[in-house]
Amino acid sequence: MKKTYKIEVDCANCAAKMERAAAAVPGVVSATVSFMTQKMCVEFAEGEPPKTVMQNVLAACKKVESDCEIFGI
Amino acid sequence: MSKKQKRTLARILAAAVLVILLQLVALPLPGWLLYLVPYLIVGGDILRKAALGVRNRQPFDECFLMAVATVGAFALGEYMEGCAVMIFYQVGELFQSVAVGKSRRSIAALMDIRPDYANIRREDGSLEQVDPDEVEVGTLILVQPGERVPIDGEVVSGRSSLNTAALTGESLPRDVAPGDTVISGCVNLSGLLEVRTTRPFGESTVAKILDLVENSSMKKSRSENFITRFARVYTPAVCFGALALALLPPLALLLLGKEPLFGQWVYRALTFLVISCPCALVISIPLSFFGGIGGASACGILVKGSTYLEELARCGVVVFDKTGTLTRGVFEVAEICPAEGTTRETLLETAALAESYSKHPISQSLKTACGSPLDPARVTNAEEEGGYGVTARVDGRQVAAGNARLMARLGLTVTDPEQPGTVVHLAVDGRYAGYIRIADALKPGSAAAIAALSKAGVRRSVMLTGDSETTAKAVAAQLGITEYHAGLLPGDKVDWVEKLLAEKRPRENLAFVGDGINDAPVLSRADLGIAMGALGSDAAIEAADVVLMDDDPAKIALAMRISRRTLGIVYQNIVFALGIKALCLILGALGLAGMWLAIFADVGVMVLAVLNATRALYTKDLRAD
Repeated sequence: MKKTYKIEVDCANCAAKMERAAAAVPGVVSATVSFMTQKMCVEFAEGEPPKTVMQNVLAACKKVESDCEIFGI
Repeated sequence: MSKKQKRTLARILAAAVLVILLQLVALPLPGWLLYLVPYLIVGGDILRKAALGVRNRQPFDECFLMAVATVGAFALGEYMEGCAVMIFYQVGELFQSVAVGKSRRSIAALMDIRPDYANIRREDGSLEQVDPDEVEVGTLILVQPGERVPIDGEVVSGRSSLNTAALTGESLPRDVAPGDTVISGCVNLSGLLEVRTTRPFGESTVAKILDLVENSSMKKSRSENFITRFARVYTPAVCFGALALALLPPLALLLLGKEPLFGQWVYRALTFLVISCPCALVISIPLSFFGGIGGASACGILVKGSTYLEELARCGVVVFDKTGTLTRGVFEVAEICPAEGTTRETLLETAALAESYSKHPISQSLKTACGSPLDPARVTNAEEEGGYGVTARVDGRQVAAGNARLMARLGLTVTDPEQPGTVVHLAVDGRYAGYIRIADALKPGSAAAIAALSKAGVRRSVMLTGDSETTAKAVAAQLGITEYHAGLLPGDKVDWVEKLLAEKRPRENLAFVGDGINDAPVLSRADLGIAMGALGSDAAIEAADVVLMDDDPAKIALAMRISRRTLGIVYQNIVFALGIKALCLILGALGLAGMWLAIFADVGVMVLAVLNATRALYTKDLRAD
């Protein structure tokens, strides 16, 4: 399943770091961050509840870029 | 400016004023303590983020680089320099975030065709504005002049003209009358329209296009991926480079028995760090692609991802479907050739009457060509024979309308003309009366489009068609296409595309251009699937990589030009940013560049790269070609 979230991130390099961090979270098949549209598209593994996975994604992203925000989790 | 940006601006100004004051007024306090105040005001958050980065084991970001550089400057006693570097860094960051935010918004605004509301007439006759999402299929909605059509539907009453520019890039308005379908996203120009919705908002054209455009930056191009990978190794490499620069030369000097000059080498290493920030690259490349996609969509070309915009530039082979792509896909009377003793009008009218009971498209085009309504009472005993044609009594005379075989059965020998199309021969009371040729008309821009493509660097244009050899040959000759394959079934088209894919040169792309009807498999098989006239055709929007919103094949060459220019800007930025950085790094390492040049190399290059990237948005000059 794929879901798109609105995000807030200040610089393009930070967005790239978020993308890598999100993709490494268990339960995430792939993650794409678009700095331009300020959106994150996450593909979840079969049977993983997006809500809990996204909590981990947010934590992972905060770790690499403390100023970022993901909305609508 | 956002709140965050305003706060940064205030901090920068406060720190700058304090630094200037400290230059003018002498206070009986140690210098480092005095300069620490503006330094913390302007750079506090940077230090905090650097510390957080270290704690989270993500040390190599630009905050860390800046923190090390400025703290280092303080340690060396260069208080003024430390503050100035931090101030300029923040100015640069602010400028960048304003500039990027602005271009991001202007591109987004260009692509924003989202309707905010739909008008529904309440029982008391007043209008109510509701969320388009809540309108059910079959609801009557009102579209006032100046408003956007919110949902796809059919006009029930009212006449108006619609501006489709946001969807097709076509500036000529389209007239609509009751019975016509209207597509969401168009702007109603003149009259009040009452529209019965035929789809929910979520499936309407406008929602589909918005979805497609918004997700287009998710499909990243190779250049973008290259840069992110590059930045990943680059920042740590530069950090270690700086460390080596701070330690190795002094140690070497020490071993040679000379003065080690630790302070000087540390300063050089810090300069090195400031220069090295990778942001100019990382920001300008997606921004260029985003601008290119935005510029293309302003011309009615939807590119589904940066990667396709990149691939478009390398199109060497373009394969066309004929019907609906190069031709209009509508059959029209192309030639009326009466035999001696018959006029054009009688020939056409007789043929139209004889065929009037037939459901065949040919009968429709004859009727359309006739113009005036036909009286069905004039026709009796109409009989249709598959593979031959029609026989009927028209005004009491025996008429046969059909192909050469039908004429042969009547003992008449006729020859088909050389031109493409379907020929209807007519015999009245056993005597030959002439023929009418019906053909699929070429789109007016097709020939020019083929020529423009070869000018744009397309090596091979191929036309595939299910039509007969004669028709294909004539169309190809008119368009200037040298290679065509006729008589193909839909499955054969996939085989031909496979064959052409195998024959193409390495690093060259094959694009297939179709109208989206029956050719979805081919569209997805080609390197690049281009669907045209996609307004309302869901299959095409799904299967294609590039969607031309109107029917004009000339847009393909335009898309290639936009793609080339965007890529040009991307390469300029890569070369320019890396070049300046490399030069400054060398100068910094040799001690020829100070902190000031370092700041330019970081912020200045980034701003120039961002400005260059926004050029990709403007396509006016390309459209004029």
